[in-house]
Amino acid sequence: MFTKIQALGAAGLDKLEAFGRSGIILSQAVFAIPGRQAWPLFIQQLYSVGVLSLIIIIVSGLFIGMVLSLQGYTILVDYGSEQAVGQMVALSLVRELSPVVTALLFAGRAGSALTAEIGLMKATEQLSSLEMIGVDPLRRIIAPRFWAGMLSLPLLSMIFSVVGIWGGMLVGVDWLGIYEGSFWSNMQNSVDFSEDVVNGLIKALVFGVAVTWIAVYQGYDSVPTSEGISQATTRTVVYASLAVLGLDFILTALMFGDL
Amino acid sequence: MSYLDDSIIDIRQLSFARGDRAIFDAVDIRIPRGKITAVMGPSGTGKTTLLRLIGGQLKPDQGQIVLDNDNIPALSRKELFKVREKMGMLFQSGALFTDMSVFENVAFPIRVHTDLSEQMIRDVVLMKLHAVGLRGAADMMPSELSGGMARRVALARAIALDPDLVMYDEPFTGQDPIAMGVLVNLIARLNKALGHTSIIVSHDINETLAIADYIYLIADAKVLAHGTAEELRGNGSEQVRQFLDGLPDGPVPFHFPADDYLDQLMQG
Ligand SMILES: Nc1ncnc2c1ncn2[C@@H]1O[C@H](COP(=O)(O)OP(=O)(O)OP(=O)(O)O)[C@@H](O)[C@H]1O
Ligand SMILES: [Mg+2]
Repeated sequence: MFTKIQALGAAGLDKLEAFGRSGIILSQAVFAIPGRQAWPLFIQQLYSVGVLSLIIIIVSGLFIGMVLSLQGYTILVDYGSEQAVGQMVALSLVRELSPVVTALLFAGRAGSALTAEIGLMKATEQLSSLEMIGVDPLRRIIAPRFWAGMLSLPLLSMIFSVVGIWGGMLVGVDWLGIYEGSFWSNMQNSVDFSEDVVNGLIKALVFGVAVTWIAVYQGYDSVPTSEGISQATTRTVVYASLAVLGLDFILTALMFGDL
Repeated sequence: MSYLDDSIIDIRQLSFARGDRAIFDAVDIRIPRGKITAVMGPSGTGKTTLLRLIGGQLKPDQGQIVLDNDNIPALSRKELFKVREKMGMLFQSGALFTDMSVFENVAFPIRVHTDLSEQMIRDVVLMKLHAVGLRGAADMMPSELSGGMARRVALARAIALDPDLVMYDEPFTGQDPIAMGVLVNLIARLNKALGHTSIIVSHDINETLAIADYIYLIADAKVLAHGTAEELRGNGSEQVRQFLDGLPDGPVPFHFPADDYLDQLMQG
């Protein structure tokens, strides 16, 4: 009995300690704002974290927009209000689906890659040898990746929305024959810039911080063996996905709870 | 005059444990300045650990590691990075940066710590690569190198900035006899020409004793013996003799501490 409570306590302390360590890494990474030397590193990471995620984001955005439009149409047409499909597609994308789905895809595509890359650098002593050369790996390796990941996510989420709305239009207007004018005007009248677009981007930014933080921390703190890295990669995807969904609920309650 | 009168590193009462196992138990080690010091001992005694302690990558449980008046374990993160600019380290695994070419790997410390022109960096890098016989491999990526080549590139990188203190963790492993001879000479020559202090961890007794000015033998968390090559050869201790002659039987165990073999087999 006592040993169980003890084990629970020890596990709790371990988690707390890990959280503290990740906090230290986060603060070091955040304040290591890319200097003159670090710009190329940052740009390079922006490419491998952001640009290389574009394909999956665009394809997913297109399909989700099309499905939304199709589902919305079959429901709304019963009430004769199928021209509201544009409004429905745009609002659900901008407020909710773009940030969340982008973040989930990003965790799987870029987050896991970040963890594996950093973990492997640790296992092959590249991080140690950076330290011995007198270069802080938190500044050189972690910080550019963190900044790139954090800033990529809002951009990717925006692209997701745009492509999704276009997909919704393809299905709604070109295929199902909703009148184009009312499709767009309904959308324009209902989507508010600061209420919807800005809040959606804030969500994406928060998810960006959470997902990249988890990814770089899991890599940096991984056990430097092949199992250690594979476990860390799995943890990144699981923790990041759960964090995104949990944070989404909190943010939605804060932003849209009193509407 | 003894070599230890002028030491660059002064380790006092160093204790370090991994879990319950003491790797070092209150050891004193002094590394003479401008000389080649060899650290030898059975595999798994903590030679790599010692280098990491000196480099500040591990913190000792107790004791001081004083490098030129700086007590390494007590330094702040920032001061530590400053001190490390004076050190070069060849890792046991090489640890080349896999996303850079051989040339860029060797150029890396120079780019980070100096403002030399591109032309000068090129000259220095090619010179270092030439010294380890790999000038022709400058444009290759680390994944294209053999283990021995990678280690030589790592050696070139460790000495790129001509540091005051170079630590070589098993530089000769995986080298053919020719490369080995060249590396032994290179390390000795660099030491004489540039006057920097070298610490070599190696299992190649003859090669190492040939160039080392001073030797530490470590076993069982203690310093077993230290002195010049002659002093060690003249050492009457059975343990020292066993190690220098490479005999399997004797007081120094070949096996990692374990339960009795027969007992373990009988337990099934
Ligand atoms: N990360 C670690 N966690 C736990 N124990 C470790 C770790 N690294 C090393 N050890 C233990 O510390 C001891 C010393 O390791 P070290 O690598 O310093 O040995 P070494 O003298 O360099 O051996 P070798 O000659 O084989 O390279 C070993 O017995 C090893 O079991
Ligand atoms: Mg070792």
